[in-house]
Amino acid sequence: MEARRHVLSVTVENEPGVLSRVAGLFSGRGFNIESLNVGPTLEKGVSQMTITTTGDDFIIEQIVKQLRKLVMTIKVKDLTEVKSVEREMVLIKVNAEDSRRAEILRIVDIFRCKVVDVSQEELTIEVTGDQGKIKAIINMLQRFGIKDIARTGTVAMKRSMQD
Amino acid sequence: MELTGAQILLECLKREGVDVLFGFPGGAVIDIYDELPNHPLKHVLVRHEQGAIHAADGYARATGKAGVCLVTSGPGATNTVTGIATAYMDSIPVVIFTGQVPTPLIGNDAFQEVDIVGITRPCTKHNYLVKDVRDLAMTIRRAFYLARSGRPGPVLVDLPKDVQQAVTEFVYPNDEQIRMRSYNPTVKPNKRQLKKVVDLVRQAEKPVIYAGGGVISAEASEDLTWLAKRLNIPVTATLMGLGCFPADDPLWLGMLGMHGTYAANRAIQDSDLIMAVGARFDDRVTGKIAEFAPKAKLVHVDIDPTSIQKNVTVDVPIVAECGQALKGLRELVEKEGESLNNDEARIGWAKQTVDWELEHPLRYAPAKAGEPIKPQFVVEKIYELTKGEAIITTEVGQNQMWAAQFYGFTKPRTFITSGGLGTMGYGFPAAIGAQMAFPDKLVIDVAGDGSIQMNIQELATAVCHNLPVKIVILNNGYLGMVRQWQELFYERNYCATCMDAQPDFVRLAESYGAAGYRVEREEDVEVVLKEAFAVDKPAIVDVRVSKEENVYPMVPAGKSLTEMLLV
Ligand SMILES: Cc1ncc(C[n+]2csc(CCOP(=O)(O)OP(=O)(O)O)c2C)c(N)n1
Repeated sequence: MEARRHVLSVTVENEPGVLSRVAGLFSGRGFNIESLNVGPTLEKGVSQMTITTTGDDFIIEQIVKQLRKLVMTIKVKDLTEVKSVEREMVLIKVNAEDSRRAEILRIVDIFRCKVVDVSQEELTIEVTGDQGKIKAIINMLQRFGIKDIARTGTVAMKRSMQD
Repeated sequence: MELTGAQILLECLKREGVDVLFGFPGGAVIDIYDELPNHPLKHVLVRHEQGAIHAADGYARATGKAGVCLVTSGPGATNTVTGIATAYMDSIPVVIFTGQVPTPLIGNDAFQEVDIVGITRPCTKHNYLVKDVRDLAMTIRRAFYLARSGRPGPVLVDLPKDVQQAVTEFVYPNDEQIRMRSYNPTVKPNKRQLKKVVDLVRQAEKPVIYAGGGVISAEASEDLTWLAKRLNIPVTATLMGLGCFPADDPLWLGMLGMHGTYAANRAIQDSDLIMAVGARFDDRVTGKIAEFAPKAKLVHVDIDPTSIQKNVTVDVPIVAECGQALKGLRELVEKEGESLNNDEARIGWAKQTVDWELEHPLRYAPAKAGEPIKPQFVVEKIYELTKGEAIITTEVGQNQMWAAQFYGFTKPRTFITSGGLGTMGYGFPAAIGAQMAFPDKLVIDVAGDGSIQMNIQELATAVCHNLPVKIVILNNGYLGMVRQWQELFYERNYCATCMDAQPDFVRLAESYGAAGYRVEREEDVEVVLKEAFAVDKPAIVDVRVSKEENVYPMVPAGKSLTEMLLV
């Protein structure tokens, strides 16, 4: 079976220890977490986690079942199975001597991202996008010398029905 | 009514129907102990917190009720971890109350502070730190609800000292209030899936029922037995499932797996339909997974969806409480009438399994005159003398396997052993728990000389509470099971398995105020066991058995069930 990337959306009761239970489940069973993201939902006391992980069908089935088994889990959805939107926000601090600054700004423009901090030697860029876009811009900026990078990890949501 | 946290705890325990509490005090629970004399609860003071948790677990296994233990913070709490993991692996309902430093000190490395909620997260079904006395009653009720419902398991409640002292209006939450929308175990089976099972049974020529501890915890033995007999299907069980089907029935194949019978393992490997009920395809059961039951369709009934499809691919998965599923099947089978077991093939199959039993029964080479006692002989004698009416607990190792093999269990909840974790030191405190629940029953811990030394201090507990538990040590002077592996797979390099410098178990027992006996000749076994069983106090029977006896049959780890080493 082939390992694929899956994005799981997990709704949990916002009790102390939920995050460590979820993280512990992954580490204790040897599952892989690529990113894990938590935030409140509209409903009080309920949080939403977006977990990106890789595994073959068998492993993903185990992960989903084990997540459902946690006493505080309200719902688990595998967004890979449905049409969904995915976004990640990344801050990239890149070398920017005067001679290359224009070039970098052009890339920022093409990718529709924002410069959020400037100094003599560096630019800090904020990018939001799906995995493809993030990968592409990191690639483009690599040759200038990336000094630091901070990523939020993926957040995702099922698309509204269109038909 | 305004009550303190400590009072609320005891009030809740009373309403949960708890009558025994196994515990050990300390500064962080002294407020609860201060209240204890005002309540009808029996408290069993153990000598080590591991004893408390195992005793609570043994009580739970013997009765089907939740076991409860109470310990102090820090070292008291950490001493229970092995017992919590033991209960977790075997899905036993226990509720553990631990004292905690006062809430303002939490996180400050205060005296006797430990993050027990963090430590036990991976080995509890759920756990709680109560920060506000107003949440206490609700938390306790939920703890019991979680421990008992769905797939049972241990739940821990950590109680800071100031919460125990704080005062609030006591309101006992009702059933509706303790429900959680995030927790809804599926207990009812899917009807269509049950029908599929009936269809498979109709087609099957070589079916086998493979039962596990889930049958016992769901009190489903009767329905299982009915179905097996009505459909003429041979039954095997895991270590945890022993007693769920009467061992004296012709359809009984014996235990399966690593130390299972030839007939059981052979039947599994040859069968065309396996109905797994409340069992989880543990590696000690399946052997090499790729070669497990190659010809069989698999039906798997389990309350825990994560157990299904975890180790093997299942044809008909049924997520349900075993009792409900078996009842559902029973109804369908009753409706179907005779059409289900008129098959000659089926009768031939049952006969075939009996032939296998006759071909390779569980056996051992009996001791010749002057030779040391055979451990299997001792277990057979215990069975003979108790007629299968005793509650047997075990330690872990060869003693455990011989007890499983040579004692004929006919009733559920009469065999109490640490299956999933294999915890040495479990059997004796568990026996104390069982004896506490059934003061009039004969409770026997079949022990090894290694394991019994892990919680021997509980002799004081047994003596103090007049619990006439019997410990029969199959004393081979070795950590026998490990020695067996060294013999078979490590060229007899008996490194660190010889138990030199043993205590004199007879005098040890006597020094605690229990009775002690030593048996060195086979002809004395019966007389001494009789005397020990009759004496009205705890007793140790130190039986010197042949030192290098091995447990057979044996499927070496990682081999397939067909590759058994026979005697
Ligand atoms: C707490 C713990 N430590 C170590 C082991 C590993 N172990 C399994 S069986 C065994 C030997 C047990 O020896 P004994 O109690 O003398 O029983 P015997 O096998 O001789 O019957 C050991 C050390 C274990 N199961 N549990």
